[in-house]
Amino acid sequence: MDFLSEHQPEMLPGNRQLPPTQGVIEAPHGTTIVAVTFPGGVVLAGDRRATMGNVIAQRDIEKVFPADEYSAVGIAGTAGLAVEMVKLFQLELEHFEKVEGAQLSLEGKANRLSTMIRSNLGMAMQGLAVVPLFAGYDVDRDKGRIFSYDVTGGRSEEHNYAATGSGSIFARGAMKKLFRDDLTEEQATTLVVQALYDAADDDSATGGPDVARRIYPIVTVITEDGFRRLTDEESSEIARSILERRLEQPDGPRAALL
Amino acid sequence: MSTPFYVSPQQAMADRAEYARKGIARGRSLAVLQYADGIVFVGENPSRALHKFSEIYDRIGFAAAGKYNEYENLRIGGVRYADLRGYTYDRNDVTARGLANVYAQTLGTIFSSGAEKPYEVELVVAEVGETPDGDQIYRLPHDGSIVDEHGSVAVGGNAEQIGSYLDQRHQDGMSLAEALKLAVQALSRDTNGTEREIPAERLEVAVLDRTRPQQRKFKRIVGRQLSRLLEVDGASTEAESAEEAEGSEEE
Repeated sequence: MDFLSEHQPEMLPGNRQLPPTQGVIEAPHGTTIVAVTFPGGVVLAGDRRATMGNVIAQRDIEKVFPADEYSAVGIAGTAGLAVEMVKLFQLELEHFEKVEGAQLSLEGKANRLSTMIRSNLGMAMQGLAVVPLFAGYDVDRDKGRIFSYDVTGGRSEEHNYAATGSGSIFARGAMKKLFRDDLTEEQATTLVVQALYDAADDDSATGGPDVARRIYPIVTVITEDGFRRLTDEESSEIARSILERRLEQPDGPRAALL
Repeated sequence: MSTPFYVSPQQAMADRAEYARKGIARGRSLAVLQYADGIVFVGENPSRALHKFSEIYDRIGFAAAGKYNEYENLRIGGVRYADLRGYTYDRNDVTARGLANVYAQTLGTIFSSGAEKPYEVELVVAEVGETPDGDQIYRLPHDGSIVDEHGSVAVGGNAEQIGSYLDQRHQDGMSLAEALKLAVQALSRDTNGTEREIPAERLEVAVLDRTRPQQRKFKRIVGRQLSRLLEVDGASTEAESAEEAEGSEEE
């Protein structure tokens, strides 16, 4: 990024001149991203809907990307800008790794993303915000970690679970009730799809599992073996088993009262 | 006032080439070979930190013999070129041919400009294709020319001898273990024909493996994996070295 800013500054998202605009610019927005840690790793998942105002702009958008071998980033906010940011972020991690011969630490990656979000502040003020969720496996500490951001680039580490995007309030509530310390990988992947289901249930901008079109949430798992995206079969399996249970219990699993 | 001596351009260039060649010859040689599933880089390198081989992009690898600081400079330049290309256009638009051209221009300019000393480096840029036919290996000598190589190539001090040894024995479709063994044999032959042992700790080995599921095909082979590969051919070496002994008698 430093090289790029010297060499071809116009390539950097933050360095573009913005025309003065009035009102909110209409552009597709991505919605809900959730993440949860489990002993041995972290799961990051996102729904598939992009909205533009009250219109569904895209039904099968992909909002969760691998950042490198041991981390992933899920994006909420203006889709076009977010995808470009992720692309630059991926490039930067890879570039660092190749030039230095070693990977950045997870903290280092999280800080880098923070700077990139901050450089987008001008656009964010015009309503084109990008608010990602960053999750990775910390090779030094042997555990999965989650970082959340605000529009100004403020970074905070989240423990156990986190969500971002318009449906995040509902997803967080669901995860709060379902989370346990001793989740297995399978349970953690089920948990995130449950949370996305609850988000889609109450937030119009979040898409639930689309059985007719076979569009299911993207679920990724990062462990010490690296990044892995669940195949369509695997995530459809999870979504279908949840749907089946919800036919009897539409509000999902009940937590104990006391 | 002293009058500068007239030096003919031919002489000046010959001197510079001589200078660069001597510098390269001081470094240890390395070999790059095609095998069935990709391209393997093998070199003797006592240092764990200063690599001779490195990843440039998804399918492109880099190998260099000569002066470390000079080829490191070129390597970083190559990574920047590739990453910028890939970001501006698409990952598929970064090719070994393009990169080799950039290197050739850089080396050529430095070689023929009067002020700077020529770089004492010899590079190999290799790209692994979908099939062995798609593999590309380019050798770039110190003067900025490009040589399109097939099968195997050696650079560094003892390159000619190692190269001809490899040429005679390299076959298409070798396994990784076979290719590795051949390269180690070639590298361990001294100029005077005697053979010496290169222990696994002093070997630097990397592959561009087209069967890797990831986008990035470059991988270093170190530690146990390397010793296992060397052992695999250790078992078959007996038989083949017997054959080779016969072969050398015939020569």
